Amino acid sequence: MSIKAKIDEFLALPNDSTKKTVGVALALCLVCAVAVSTTAVALKPIQDVNKTLNRKQNIIDIGQLAPPGTPIDEAFKNVEAKVVDLQTGEYVNDIDPEKFDARAAAIDPKQNVVLTREQDIASIKRRAKYATVYLVKENDQLKKVILPVSGYGLWSTLYGFLALEGDLNTVVGLGFYEQAETAGLGGEVDNPMWKAKWPGKTLYDEQGNLVIQVTKTVAPADDPRSKHQVDALSGATLTSNGVNNLLHFWLGKDGFGPYLQKLRNGGGA
Amino acid sequence: MSASITAGWNSEVRKVLIDPLITTNPITFQILGICSALAVTGSLKSALLMSLALTTVTAFSNMFISMVRTQIPNSIRIIVQMTIIASLVIIVDQVLTAYAFDTAKKLSVFIGLIITNCIVMGRAEAYAMQNPPVMSFLDGVGQGLGYSLILISLAIVRELFGAGTLMGVPILEVVSKGGWYVPNGLLLLPPSAFFLIGLMIWAIRTKYPAQQEKADFRIHDKQALGHR
Repeated sequence: MSIKAKIDEFLALPNDSTKKTVGVALALCLVCAVAVSTTAVALKPIQDVNKTLNRKQNIIDIGQLAPPGTPIDEAFKNVEAKVVDLQTGEYVNDIDPEKFDARAAAIDPKQNVVLTREQDIASIKRRAKYATVYLVKENDQLKKVILPVSGYGLWSTLYGFLALEGDLNTVVGLGFYEQAETAGLGGEVDNPMWKAKWPGKTLYDEQGNLVIQVTKTVAPADDPRSKHQVDALSGATLTSNGVNNLLHFWLGKDGFGPYLQKLRNGGGA
Repeated sequence: MSASITAGWNSEVRKVLIDPLITTNPITFQILGICSALAVTGSLKSALLMSLALTTVTAFSNMFISMVRTQIPNSIRIIVQMTIIASLVIIVDQVLTAYAFDTAKKLSVFIGLIITNCIVMGRAEAYAMQNPPVMSFLDGVGQGLGYSLILISLAIVRELFGAGTLMGVPILEVVSKGGWYVPNGLLLLPPSAFFLIGLMIWAIRTKYPAQQEKADFRIHDKQALGHR
């Protein structure tokens, strides 16, 4: 019997017979599976390019690497990406920073570290063993360092970058590329007016203590404390606390602390 | 082709394409797809993209379901429809992540939720299962346009008065950026869409009283006879 005759015979079966029901279900699954997987595979390269470009654009914006409108590749050409082992603060050279995905690694038991309650001030529960940092150098002199940061706000985990000057103390910028806080309240972490409060703030006091703080009672401008303080978002205490906590986590000993120490001593760079 | 058939076809086309805009609008008349109408109308851009995505999915799912409608076993009817709809939604999501990355990122969860959007299922059951593919496709487009019309109107009001912008371009200078307009923050939150949709339904049903539903019961116009 030819295939066509078989198909005709199948189609002629009563719709509610078992054979027809199973047959239709199988055929439908096959057709849908092929359609979905073809689309996914065919579009993957374009999607990956988008994701990379999006990440680079965020790094450029937050680190103020180039005036807005500069082509991404142009602005990114002085940037060197490196994978860091957070515990030791050493560079890991056998992982390609282009390929390393810290968010995937953070949920992979082989590549993550579960944080204890005391360590976990940013409420992220676990972090990847490694992180990708971005270094901007000019004539071998470290100009800027851009660190990925993340932490829980009110509703969502905020993912962003903290850009520091070469002195590893002065903030160039802090920004989040992914958050789902309340629009108009916590969502104002994306407001350019608020982000503009960050550049120029310093992380450490004279004794080297980490004192950067998001607070609703900022000291007046002539008070030396004011250069470590950023005005909290009004109506968004929990998001503001989240930002404060995530900075303290990532700059602390369980975050980039060891790495920053190495960089400061000139060992890492 | 006789003239009468053409005329009949035209009136049928008009019925499936134009009626859903106001008179049988999926949101204000059929009260379907409210959830996404609340969720994505905070900004015009996401409303436009959502409209486009939903219209595409409804049109094509109607068409594909109609194409196989004579072969679908009744016992697995809903599953077959869901599988077709879900596949289309995944494809749309993938295409958006490839070609409209920024907006797709914000909308991704709602695009996924098109699968459960009542409009798509509702039209598959109510129209595509009984009608030929081309008409079903047009029905999907018409329903999609009706949905889009409401979404876009909501988004214009919410974004303009909630944030002072349209498509992200400042229209009303807001106070926080040194202008005069104090934005109404409530409009940015989903509940505001409830009020706006309610007002729209009120306006439409006042204009077309035929849409008003009969009351399930009538409140007695005399004071209830009390014990005392």
